[in-house]
This record gives sequence, structure tokens and C-alpha cells, in this order.
Amino acid sequence: MGKHNTPMLDELEKGPWPSFVSDIKQQVENGKQILKDAPEDLLGVMELSYDDKVTHWKHGGIVGVFGYGGGIIGRYCDQPKMFPGVAHFHTVRVNQPSSKFYTAKYLRSLCDLWERHGSGLTNMHGSTGDIVFLGTTTDHLEPLFFEMTHELNQDLGGSGSNLRTPSACLGQSRCEFACYDTQEACDNMTHQYQDELHRPAFPYKFKFKFDGCPNGCVASIARSDMSVIGTWRDDIRIDQAAVKAYVGGEFAPNAGAYSGRDWGKFDIQKEVIDLCPTGCMCWDGSKLEINNKECVRCMHCLNVMPRALRKGLETGASVLFGAKAPILEGAQMSTLTVPFLPMESPFSELKELIEKVWDWWMEEGKNRERLGELIQRKSFQEFLRVIELGPDPRMVDEPRSNPYIFWKEEEVEGGWTRDIDAFRAKHQR
Amino acid sequence: MTEEEAKKLILETLQGKSKAKSKFYLKDFYAIIPDMKPREVKNIVNRMVSESLLEYWSSGSTTLIGLKGMGKQHSEEDEA
Repeated sequence: MGKHNTPMLDELEKGPWPSFVSDIKQQVENGKQILKDAPEDLLGVMELSYDDKVTHWKHGGIVGVFGYGGGIIGRYCDQPKMFPGVAHFHTVRVNQPSSKFYTAKYLRSLCDLWERHGSGLTNMHGSTGDIVFLGTTTDHLEPLFFEMTHELNQDLGGSGSNLRTPSACLGQSRCEFACYDTQEACDNMTHQYQDELHRPAFPYKFKFKFDGCPNGCVASIARSDMSVIGTWRDDIRIDQAAVKAYVGGEFAPNAGAYSGRDWGKFDIQKEVIDLCPTGCMCWDGSKLEINNKECVRCMHCLNVMPRALRKGLETGASVLFGAKAPILEGAQMSTLTVPFLPMESPFSELKELIEKVWDWWMEEGKNRERLGELIQRKSFQEFLRVIELGPDPRMVDEPRSNPYIFWKEEEVEGGWTRDIDAFRAKHQR
Repeated sequence: MTEEEAKKLILETLQGKSKAKSKFYLKDFYAIIPDMKPREVKNIVNRMVSESLLEYWSSGSTTLIGLKGMGKQHSEEDEA
């Protein structure tokens, strides 16, 4: 047994799954961290919290590094005498490399740095995507930041009421579905909005995420205030010979991803055509046809038969706004706002759009109100007016989901004033 | 209003409220200088933090801003 008796945490080491408790114990045994007692006392305070069924972390703090208003989160334990190793246990958010590509050398350098200046414990990665360093004391923050920025050429990520660390899928680096260079977009926007990323600018957090295609590998539609999702506006390219090869069993559907069990012969009608959400495909036994105007980019057919079906050639992105987890209101997905935007560096149209949105949100947003909640409160119609876009049927999820679009007086011929006599001449009371 | 005048007004307003409240949302600063655009006020507030006139407090999800040295300080965190 270690310094603290942790029977409940020990339960979490059982079973076939990886265990964060085992990882922390490994750090206790073998770690070279400067804050020697931090991992062991972390186990102790967690066990106490499990026992008491309340947290023993206090809420936030004023710590940070000079010039930055984000990236460091003050954490203090409310039982400092019992757990001195975690009495001060600040979190550091490190901006992850685009699409989380690293070398082993880079990872070792980060881990070594963190053992020199903290607990050695990390969270790879936080929900937003950052590399999270868990637990250090205030005196280590500036030296850590100096070494990280000057020797590893690595910046902090976002926290608090800032722009949060932007994140991107693998994009065109590895994926044939990617409709634009997500890494370039993410990198460009990160550099453009350094001030918003490092200093508080908004009523609450704001996230961008870049998905290269509607498969959404960074789940931007569910997790970001501005979701940029790759799409195409011409037709899906069909290789009819390859379709036949899938039907004939020459190619494994889903790139062999479900080959672990015997699902029987591939049935294109049942597994593709009948599953199309808009019914826009047909197969007559020799030719596959797609009514592209009805395609909603569900990606199912492309995922099942990637050698036969490929995205169009005229590619860009759809921009959606307003996703969030529940805070003031319930969780919600982003709403399609710009159906198609070209995505070429330097992404000027995207920047122009986001700055209009920010100006509105900064002015109208309540404290701790996310953009999606503001849109709900002020109406999507008002949001469109602010970003100077006309309504489009593609912004509506389904007919009649919101039938209340109100005319303004200047949009109606003659305004609200009517000649009552002329009206009564045609309409009896 | 010049930047210096804005800073002075911010300090005076915060000092006037310091008995009741030590931390403020960024939006509270917009109300202090309603004639300026929120983005300009935000830039002034962030500069005042760099000049050690104000300081940030962050819960991790939300940031509040107060007069430097007001409210609970780092050195008091271990006090019972």
C-alpha cells in the first residue's frame, strides 16, 4: 500500500481496460517529477472525494503567466494539510500540434519538461484537444512557460472566456475524403486570432473546429461554436466498374472494417441504397445512379464503397454556428448557416464572417451565454441579419420546424398602413 | 474619451464597488464605458492587466477581472 489507502480507486484497476489509477501509480513508482508527492496525494484526494461524494478542489484562481489571460487554470485543494503534494495543483493547457501529429522526440521533450516543472501527470488530450499538464505550483509557471515557448517552440492553449484552442481532423494529410486543408485552416486561424486565444475577449468560451468532410472526425458539429465542415457542390464521382466489383465481392465494403463476423454477401440494395436518408440513390443491377441535388452529405455510401464513390471536385466547406454542451440551455448541435464557402488560404471570407459574429456576440451576449444560446434567444433571423446573409432553405432542418419568419415593415409593399375603405371594398366585415 | 480617461474611469468605478464586489465580467466593463465599442474596451482592459492595474481570475471556463490585489489572493489559498 502507498501513502494513502485507496480501496475504491484500486477497483478501477480491475478489468480489461486501461486504468488512469494504474498510470498514476506508475508515476508514483517510476516518475522523476520535481513535485515528488503530487501523484500519490492526488490518489489520496480522489479517494477522499469518492468517499465524501464531493470534490475537494476549490474553484479557479488568479494564477497565470505574464501577458496571457488563458492557458493556466488555478487549482487548489481544500485539504492542503492532508494532501500537501496537491495543495496547489494548477493545470496548464498546451496547444496541441495540428491534427495531433507529433514525433516521439517531441513527446519525450514535453514529458521531460513537465517532470522538471510539475507533477509529470498529463491528460492526452483534453476535450477541446489541448495537451493538458495536470498539477504544478505557482513558482514553476513562468519557468515552464519560458522553456516551452523558447526551447520547444510551443504555445499555450485557450481557457476561460477566450477563443479556445482550435482543432482539426487529419484532413488532406491522410484522408481522401478531406475537402479542404483542415490543418492549414486551423494553423492560419490560430495565428490570426492569437489575441483572442490568449486574452479574454468574449462573454464566454468560443470554439472553432475544422472537419475535412461530413464524417466529422473532430465532431465540430456537436462541439464547436463555429463548425467548418468540408463539402463539395458538384456531383459525387461514380466508378461504375468499382461499384460492380463491390457487388461481386471483389472489394470488401467499408474497407473491410466489419469483416470480423460473417455478415453474408454484400447487399448494395440493403446496405447502401435503402439506407440513404433522402432516398436519392438507385441501383438497377448494373448501374448506380445518384440524384445529387437530394444528397445531404451523410457520407454513408462513400464510406461503404470508397473505391467506387468519391467526393466531387468542386470542394470547400459548410459553416455552421452554435453547438455547445449544456450550460444555460441544453446541449445543441450547430446550425447550417453558410452552405458553401471556398476554403483557400488566407481564408478571408471565413475571417470576415467570424468577426461579424464576434462583434454581435460581444455586444449582445449575456455573461456565460454561448453563441448558440444567443441565436436561440434573439432568433436565427436576427443572426442572419447581423452576418448579412439571406435565408436559404438549406438552413432549415425540415419543413415547418420554424415557420415563424416575420416580415419587416420595409419589406412589405405599402408598409403596415392600409386604406381601410379600399380593404372593405373587397372584404366584408 | 481617450484611453487614459477610460482607464481612470474603470479604476474609479471598480474602487467604488470594491466593498461589495471584487471580480467583474468583461461585459461589466462595457457598461462603464458605453460609448466605446466592446472590442476597444476589451483591449484596454487587457492592457490594464499587463500594466498590473487589474488581474484575471479564471475558473477554467469563465474569466473574471478585478483590481490587482483585491479579493482572495494566491497567498491566501492555504488559509483555513
